[in-house]
Amino acid sequence: MRPAGTMNLDLDDETHAFRAEVRSWLATNVPATPLPPVDTPEGDLAHRAWERQLATAGLSVVSWPTAYGGRDVSPLQWLIFEEEYHRARAPVRINQNGLFLLAPTLFAHGTAEQRARLLPRMARADDVWAQAWSEPEAGSDLAGIRSRAVRTDGGWLLSGQKTWSTRAAQADRAFGLFRTGVDRHRGLTYLMFDLRVEGVTVRPIQQVGGATGFAEIFLDQVFVPDADVLGAVDQGWTVAMSTASHERGLSLRSPGRFTAAAGRLVRLWCRAGAHADPALSDRVVDGWVAARAYQLHSYGTATREATDRPPEPPPPPGRADRPTRTGPTMLSGGGHATSMTKVFWSELDVALHEVALDLLGPDAETGGLRTGTAGWAGDDGGTDAWLDGYLFSLAGPIYAGTNEIQRTVIAERVLGLPRDRR
Amino acid sequence: MRLTPSAEQEQFAAALHAMLTEADIPTVARRWAADDPAPGQVVWRRLAELGVAGLAVPERWGGLAAHPADVVIACEELGHHALPGPVAESIAALPMLLTTLGDDALCETWLPRLASGEVIGTLAVAPHVPYATDADVVSLVLRADERTLRLGVPGPRLRSVDDTRRLVEVADGALLVTGPTVGPAVAHALDAGALACAAQLLGAGHALLETTLRYAGQRTQFGQPIGQFQAVKHLLADVAIGLEFARPLLYAAAVALADHPAMAARDISAAKVACADAAQRAARTALQVHGAIGYARESGLDLWLTRIWALARTWGTQSWHRDRIRTALAAGDLT
Repeated sequence: MRPAGTMNLDLDDETHAFRAEVRSWLATNVPATPLPPVDTPEGDLAHRAWERQLATAGLSVVSWPTAYGGRDVSPLQWLIFEEEYHRARAPVRINQNGLFLLAPTLFAHGTAEQRARLLPRMARADDVWAQAWSEPEAGSDLAGIRSRAVRTDGGWLLSGQKTWSTRAAQADRAFGLFRTGVDRHRGLTYLMFDLRVEGVTVRPIQQVGGATGFAEIFLDQVFVPDADVLGAVDQGWTVAMSTASHERGLSLRSPGRFTAAAGRLVRLWCRAGAHADPALSDRVVDGWVAARAYQLHSYGTATREATDRPPEPPPPPGRADRPTRTGPTMLSGGGHATSMTKVFWSELDVALHEVALDLLGPDAETGGLRTGTAGWAGDDGGTDAWLDGYLFSLAGPIYAGTNEIQRTVIAERVLGLPRDRR
Repeated sequence: MRLTPSAEQEQFAAALHAMLTEADIPTVARRWAADDPAPGQVVWRRLAELGVAGLAVPERWGGLAAHPADVVIACEELGHHALPGPVAESIAALPMLLTTLGDDALCETWLPRLASGEVIGTLAVAPHVPYATDADVVSLVLRADERTLRLGVPGPRLRSVDDTRRLVEVADGALLVTGPTVGPAVAHALDAGALACAAQLLGAGHALLETTLRYAGQRTQFGQPIGQFQAVKHLLADVAIGLEFARPLLYAAAVALADHPAMAARDISAAKVACADAAQRAARTALQVHGAIGYARESGLDLWLTRIWALARTWGTQSWHRDRIRTALAAGDLT
């Protein structure tokens, strides 16, 4: 019998059973060949159907409360679900903007009416959501938003331009920040709006690999009812930052994604007979170790008990040659510390895929972007998947706040260094 | 599942931190290097009173039989303060070696005295730990290879980049044990020592981050604290990320040692690789951000810098540890 508080990596019976259930369901239901690309008309339909299938099985939004279609599982069980999902190579979540960005914000800031109206439809992908953060003049400097929301009878009229809006070309609805006042941060309001109404023009943008994963949105006097304001008017920055923290943190790119990729990388390396090449082998090892570090770090955060001592504040100034003590972990603290996670996983993702392409050698470029699926289903990834995954990974250090912005946030908000002159 | 320290472990680490802060370890370390080990031996006795020396010693030999995570947490704090002396050897490797060998006479002779602090011990195991650290100032010196365990006879002292590490060549002394039990016991001792070494590296890396953050907040150039420049901020953010994501590997390796022995070699190597890389990044950045003053001994940074440079290459090199992980992965040990 182990004393309470002893470190261990054992799963309790309930979590074991949950993992087994998820694994078994995915083994039966994940398509044997990949669905058509999500940004094509066939792919859009197929991925929506997949979401409905997941929802019917009660596996679409396992961490949500049961009232909205979830199963109210623990944070650890959510990590386990993600491990199984990525291990099974299940389809990309077409509604991930809704599930991982908007839903946490609705839980934190939405009204009961909004949650009841929006979440069940989101869970079944009846509404697919796009994010509409960036604008041509508001990228890393997100508070530079110019799109306006002007008061009208019973709601607001939206005008302006959004860009790099993931899924906007096919989504039903979108969420973003709009200028409602003059103050840079306290003059923004968080609004949800329809993409398929009069006044909205969506122009898909072809990405570096040829896909159209994001789009521009042009808005001309688009009506939004008051019911679709999320949080208070002019308080959108604060509301959005809670979403941004989710995007940066582990909910958008959970460790399971990377432990699964690292496992496939190891199998690819074994199959390629590359053991004899120490340079490649070391990179495989480092990729696997980093993926495991992210997994273990998340296990630690997810299972930290409420009674545990909160992390200590930054150390007071002391003698230059004497250590202070920063406590057991910096990350478990608040939203800003998720910037550390974001830099870590995004660089890990690029590294894993770069090694895989190097292992594939001259075959890497033949991934046959969107022209074929040969090799996809193999347990070592397959050339197509590694090449597409590489292109996707390269966006990671850019979206959700570039890694340069994140490093500045870490230095200022986590480490306590003086703020930049911005 | 649990991978964060308990309230008790936090209190234990805080108590160690308070004691070591009070003990003024930088001064103790300078005297240790200058052939005056007495103040350091006083600190080691205080550590024994707090239970650190007996953490890895079974209860029947006077120890606490603590979880490996307790050893890791203690060693991290000792590394945080750059405590001089054979930390990995006396606190982790020797108790593991003697316990695993299971020779009751040897255990009875040495383990109670290690646990009580009466004896500090050190060890040489070629090729990973070729010299016995501090063998000229401690009272138990062992020398092991795959087949034999002997007392070690201290010979000439060698230079170490970290002059608080008193590296000593040891010659064969009296034969203690020979036979097939020695090899596995030595392997376990190397793993325990490597884990303790990784923990010290993480602690030392954290100390350098903390010190460098203070300096970057105080030192002004071009009319502003240098910590306000993004180039400096981003260097330090990367140090923080490296240390933050090394720690769970360290804790998981301790868990493996306790619960999943078949995975312990792989997981200890992962911890050593990550902690040594993170600590070396911390050292490089600390020196760069301090600039010339960091390169000067008067800054006091050298205690942590040189410790990290030395520890990153002992108890198994990075290549050796990566190779152990590679072997495990090639055998399919992915979870």
